[in-house]
Formats: sequence, structure tokens, C-alpha cells
Amino acid sequence: MKCEIDIAGLTKRFGTNTVLDGIDLCLKPGERVAIIGPSGTGKSTLLRCLNWLDAPDAGRITLGDLSVDAAHATRAQILALRRRTGFVFQNYALFANKTARQNITEGLTTVRGWSQAKAAARADEILAQIGLADRGDSYPSAMSGGQQQRVGIGRAMALDADLLLFDEPTSALDPEWVGEVLDLIRSIADGRQTMLIVTHEMQFAREIADRIVFMDGGRIVEQGPPAQIFGDPQDDRTRAFLRRVG
Amino acid sequence: MRPLDTAYMWDLVPIILGYVPLTLGMALVAMAAALVLAAVLAIVRVLRVPVADSLVAVFISFFRGTPLLVQLFLFYYGLPQLLPALTSIDGITAAVIGLTLHFSAYMAESIRGAILGVDRSQWEAAQSIGMTQGQLLRRIVLPQASRVAAPTLMNYFIDLIKSTSLAFTLGVTEMMGAAQKEAAGSFLYLEAFLVVAVIYWIMVEVLSVGQRWMEGHLGKAVAR
Repeated sequence: MKCEIDIAGLTKRFGTNTVLDGIDLCLKPGERVAIIGPSGTGKSTLLRCLNWLDAPDAGRITLGDLSVDAAHATRAQILALRRRTGFVFQNYALFANKTARQNITEGLTTVRGWSQAKAAARADEILAQIGLADRGDSYPSAMSGGQQQRVGIGRAMALDADLLLFDEPTSALDPEWVGEVLDLIRSIADGRQTMLIVTHEMQFAREIADRIVFMDGGRIVEQGPPAQIFGDPQDDRTRAFLRRVG
Repeated sequence: MRPLDTAYMWDLVPIILGYVPLTLGMALVAMAAALVLAAVLAIVRVLRVPVADSLVAVFISFFRGTPLLVQLFLFYYGLPQLLPALTSIDGITAAVIGLTLHFSAYMAESIRGAILGVDRSQWEAAQSIGMTQGQLLRRIVLPQASRVAAPTLMNYFIDLIKSTSLAFTLGVTEMMGAAQKEAAGSFLYLEAFLVVAVIYWIMVEVLSVGQRWMEGHLGKAVAR
């Protein structure tokens, strides 16, 4: 099957430090891929490059008819790429001056040019989906971490993105809120949304992902179905990592 | 020692009060212009716009580094010798422009600080949903920064009102100029300047009350 998202030779350096060293990755429509690996191996940077929060130094990202070459990306291409990739942040990063509903409608009205009414109706659907139908008028400061992260996910969902990117979505949460956020991501995954998840929750990755990608040193070391990666890892580095976290 | 001529002071009050609209008018126009200019300067600095950033840094350094009176004299008496077109500018306009430039430099720095105080991750979140730089500033960053900067900006406004008294040195008859003229006629300098001082004081106190009310109000809207 054809790739929905095709990443080729993606490279990112911070100074002399090569954080991403030629990443190739193809995501099929509806595929759910979890990226695991030691800290500082470029997992989050990969996600950030796909949303152009960090500009890659080389490589190409192709999403359907949109193909962005790092060497000569235009402003319009970058904006288009961002609209088509929803990003869920580790620390939620909600707009503090907006209510939960406004956090969700902001992209629809400001970026996509929807009317307030249409965007509000869509936001209400999403609020129901994320289990916060009654908290639409709350400001982030009045919400728990779990609720804030669910709004963060709702904000990303509102874009109807081709690809949802989750950057360690539960790492900043108090343990009591992790479950509800994972449940929400699970329910989105059930809808065959293409997603790329960086996570330290191995059990979650195993259960939700169609494919596990193990990264180390800015490269993809090994990838395959969860049963294979967790049950029969081929590379020494994968084995060492899984021993440590397992 | 002679007693204060209170009857004379009471006579002066309505005369000086007559110039309050001019003083407030100059202050309001300068404040509005300075706010806009300061926001632009702050954004140039925050975004590190090439070349403009350095120019703005020099602008801010100059207007914060030299006395307002010197700036007003430079602009009103000095510059026309270089640019004859400026000769036709009247004292009020010159004072307003001078006050605008001077206070925009200070206000730019506090707006810049307030912008930088907005959590960086909110910039990224705004970018991540495809907002342009202008959209994210207008919709997300500036509304939050202005809440943070408001109390400081209010202080600058109070300072600005008092600084309009310097327009008197450019030949403008505002509150201070009017008091000076009256005193020159009556020789009752103490009475005239006391009246003008008290009127400034009352104006500032009224504003301070408004400022405290505003702070309480803004604080409630988005507590964090």
C-alpha cells in the first residue's frame, strides 16, 4: 500500500550535534506507530520536524500532494504542513487566554477561516468526544492536568489533520490523570486516525500501535509489529533498552 | 513669613483647571501613539528582525539614556536648524511627538518583557496549528502580554501626564505654563505652584484608583 506520510532522509543538527541522522519512515493510511527509545535520541525532534517546530536541515516530508523539501521549503508549504499535522504537546501548551472551547475553535476560525458558529458546533462535538462537554467555558488554569491534555488533544483533532503527532502526551501528568488521557488516545486510534506517538508507556505502545519504531542515536535501529519488537527484538540496543524499561 | 493667600489660590483653581483638557489631551494622544510605537518596537526586538532590531536597540538606548528635557529641546529648537521644514511645528505638536518617542522607548522594554513572559510553548502551539506570526501575536501572545504589562504601562501614563508640564519649556501654555504666567503677574509663586501641584496630585490619585481597580479586574480574568 502507498504511504500516506513519507519521510525520507530527514536530518536535523543542533550545532555540531546530529540529532536526526537520515530518518526514513513510511506511514500507511490509518497506521498507528509508536516511537520508543532512550532519552535524547531524537524521538521528539523527529515529531517536531514533522510539524516544522524545528526546521529539518535535510530530507523530504511528503503528505499526499504536499511535498516539502527541507533544503527549499517555502513559507506556504510550512503552514500547509502544520495544518495537516496535529501536534499534542507534553506540557499541553494550551492558550492561557482562551477557554477550552476557544482553544479548539482557534485553529478553525483563525487558520481555516470557519465562521464562529460553525467552529463552535464542531468544538462542541470534540468536547463531547474528549469527555469535557460541560467544561467548554473553563480556562486552562481551572482544569486538571488530565483535562488540559484532553483539550490539547482536542485542539489537534479539530484540524482534521492527516497525521496526529503525540509528543510524550502523558509524561508531564500526575499518575492519576494518565489513564484518562491514554483512554482518549485509544479511542482516537480506534477511529483509524494515522498517528505517530512518542511514549515511555511501553504497555500502552504495545497495545495501541500497529508498529513500533525503536530509535537510538538519531537513527531508526529497528521496527516491526509490537509482538516482534517486544517479544523478539533483533538488535542489541533494542534488547538493552527494553531490559532497562521493562 | 507671610500667610498663604488662600483667596488668590481659590481664584486660580478654575483658571488652572481650564488647562486640564489640554494637559490630558496631550497625554492621551502621546500615550496612544507611544503604545502603538512601543508595541511595534517590542515586536521587532522579540522577533529579532534583521537590521531593524539593531536600529530599535539604538533608538531605545538613546531615548532612555538622555533626559526628556534635552530631547524636547533637541527636537524643537535644535532639529529645525538642520531640517527647516520642522520650523513650522508648534510647541504642542513638538511636545506630543517628543513625549511619544521618549515614552515609547520605555514602554517597548516593558512590553518586550511581557511578551517574553508568555510561555514559549504557547507560541509553538499556535505555530503547530498553522497560525502565521501575525496571527499568533495578535490572537495569543499580545493579549496575554498586555495583561502583564498593563500595570507598568499605567505607571508610564501617570509619568507621562506629569511630564507634559515640560511642554511649558517649548512655549506651550498648559497647566504649568498658565501657573507660571499667573505667578509672574501676581508674584505669588508659592500659591500658583501649590495650586498646580495639588491639581496634578489629584489627577494622578484618581488614576491610581482606576489602576488598582483595573489590576484587580485583570488579575481575576486569567489567574495562573
